[in-house]
Amino acid sequence: MENKAPIVEVRHVSKCYHRGSQIIPVLQDITFDIGDGEFLALMGPSGSGKSTLLNLIAGIDKVDAGTITVGGIDITTLSEMDLARWRSVNVGFIFQFYNLIPVLTAFENVELPLLLTSLSKAERRAHVEMALRVVNLLDRMDHYPKQLSGGQQQRVAIARAIVTDPTILVADEPTGDLDRVSTGEIMELMDTLNTESGKTIIMVTHDPRAARKAHHIRNLDKGVLDSDAHP
Amino acid sequence: MHILKILFKNAFRHKLRTALTILSITIAILAFSLLRTVISAWYAGVDASSASRLVTRNAVSLIFTLPLSYEEKIRQTEGVRIVSYGNWFGGIYIDEKNFFANFAVDPKTYLDLYPEFMLTGEEKNAFLRDRKSFVAGRKLAEKYGWKIGDIITLRGTIYPGNWEFVMRGIYRGRDETTDESQFFFHWDYLNETLKKTAPERADQIGWYMIGVTNPDLATEVAERIDRTFKNSIAETLTETEKAFQLGFVSMSNAIITAIRLVSLVVIVIILAVVANTMVMTSRERIGEYAIFKTLGFGGWRIAGLIVGESLVITMTGCAIGVALTFPTAKLFGHTMGTYFPVFNVGNDTIGYAIVSSVLVGILAAIIPTYRAIKIPIAEGLRSIG
Repeated sequence: MENKAPIVEVRHVSKCYHRGSQIIPVLQDITFDIGDGEFLALMGPSGSGKSTLLNLIAGIDKVDAGTITVGGIDITTLSEMDLARWRSVNVGFIFQFYNLIPVLTAFENVELPLLLTSLSKAERRAHVEMALRVVNLLDRMDHYPKQLSGGQQQRVAIARAIVTDPTILVADEPTGDLDRVSTGEIMELMDTLNTESGKTIIMVTHDPRAARKAHHIRNLDKGVLDSDAHP
Repeated sequence: MHILKILFKNAFRHKLRTALTILSITIAILAFSLLRTVISAWYAGVDASSASRLVTRNAVSLIFTLPLSYEEKIRQTEGVRIVSYGNWFGGIYIDEKNFFANFAVDPKTYLDLYPEFMLTGEEKNAFLRDRKSFVAGRKLAEKYGWKIGDIITLRGTIYPGNWEFVMRGIYRGRDETTDESQFFFHWDYLNETLKKTAPERADQIGWYMIGVTNPDLATEVAERIDRTFKNSIAETLTETEKAFQLGFVSMSNAIITAIRLVSLVVIVIILAVVANTMVMTSRERIGEYAIFKTLGFGGWRIAGLIVGESLVITMTGCAIGVALTFPTAKLFGHTMGTYFPVFNVGNDTIGYAIVSSVLVGILAAIIPTYRAIKIPIAEGLRSIG
C-alpha cells in the first residue's frame, strides 16, 4: 500500500481558531500524503486537531497556510461555490451522529447527493438501490431514521457517502455513537469498501479497535503529526 | 424525490407551530382582503360611473337646488343627447336604522339614461304609468321582503310627512358593480305634493343627469352648460359622473386612508409572524443545513430550501385566507348591504393578497437564509449531537 500514488497531498498546512482576541493554533505545518486506495486512521486526544485536519481535507474548512491537493486539484484555491461542487463529486462523508435528515426515508437520504447530478429519476433509483444493497439495507429503504437502530442509521449514512462513487471517503468518529456489535459491523463494511471497492478512506477515531482495520495510523498531538505507524 | 417534497416535509415538521403560523396568515389575509374590499366598495359608485354621463348641480353646493326651467336649456346644448333629473328624498322606512338611498327621479329619462338598472318591459310600463309607484333594487327588495304591489310608506325628513308608494318593479343590475339597493320614484309625485304643501319648494331640482352624444367631448359639453347659466340666479357646476362620485368619496378620505394603513399594518404583522417562525426553524436546523452543504448543496440551493419552506407556509395560509374571503365578504356584504351596496371581492384584491404573501414569504426568509449560508460548515456540524 505504501507505494501507491498519493491521492491526497497535504503540504505545510496550518490552522488557527480565533476566540475573541485569542488565537489558538490547531494544526502546525502538517505535511503528509495519503495513497490512492489507502485506509488511514487519524488518532489523537480530544482537541488535537484531527477533526479539523479531516475537515480541511474534505473541503469543509479553510486552511490558514499551506495547500491540500486531492486527485490533482488544489482545493485550497477553490471558491465556496466550486468547493461545494467539488465535494458533491469527490467526497463521501460519514459522521459520528449519522447526520441523516429525519423527515426523509433511508432511500431519500441516500438519494440527496444525487439530486445535484443530472441523473434521471430511474438512474437515481438504480444508484440508491445499489448503495443500499452494499450496506445490506435495501429492505429498510422506506424506513425513516427514527425507525432504524444506530448501526442501521450509520449504514444508511455510508450508503449516502458512497452513492456518488466519490474519490475519498471521510469518516469522523464513525463508531463513536455505536455499541460494540454495531461498531464491528460498520468497520467490516468500511473494510469491505476499501478492500473490494478500492475506496480511499480517511477516518478519525478514538477507538483503537476501529483503527485496527486501517492500513496506517497517524497520531496528532497538539496540532503536530507524528510519524507513520501501522496498526 | 423532488426538492418540493423536502420543502413540504420541512414545512410541516413542527405541525403545531406551522399550523398556528398558517392560521395567523389566514386570518391576516382575510382581514387584509376584507379591508381592501371595503375600500373598493367605497369606490363602487366611481367604478360604475359612465364616461358618457354628466352631472349638473348648483355651483355653491349640492344642498342648493336648481330650477326645473334649466332642463330645456340643457337639452338644447350642443352635444347633449338626453337630460334627466332627480332629488335626494332622504325618506326613512319604519326606523332610522333602515337606511337606503331613495330618490325622486323623472322615470322615463332616468331609465333611458341608466340602462344598468334592468326592469322587465311589464314592470317598466307599470312604473311609468303609476305616479305613486316606485322601483327598488333586487337586494333592497329581498332585504325587506317587498313584493310587486306592496304599499310602502317612507317618512320624509327633507320633505316632511308620510309618503306612500306602490311597488311596481324590482330592478336587477346589469353588471356586478351596479348598486341593487336603490329606491326611486316619480319626481312628479314629489313636486305635485310640494305644490300643495310647500309651493316655494316646488319645481326645484337636486341635480341634472345628462347623457352626451360623444364621451370624448364631455368636458366641452360641461363647459357649455356652465357657460349657459353663468351669472344666473343659480350658477351650475357640471362634471363627469366619475368626478361627481369622487367628490363624495373624497369626503371620506381620512377613513379610507386609515383603512389603507391598517391593511398595510396587517401585512407587517404577517411578516413578523412568519419571520419569527422561520428564524426559530432555521436556528434548529443549522446543523442540517451544514449537512446539505457538506453534500455539495451550494448557497443558492440552501437559500431555495429556506425561502421555499417560507413560501410553502405563507402561500398555504394565503390560499386558505383567499378561499375564506369570498364567503366572508358575501356575509359581510349581506350584513352591511345598506352601507356598501356593492361589496364584491375584486381580482385586484386577490392579486394584492397573493403578491403580499409572496413578498412576506421571501422577506421572512432573508435573515435565516443569510445565517444558514454564512455559518461555516464545521461550526454548523458542531451543533449536532
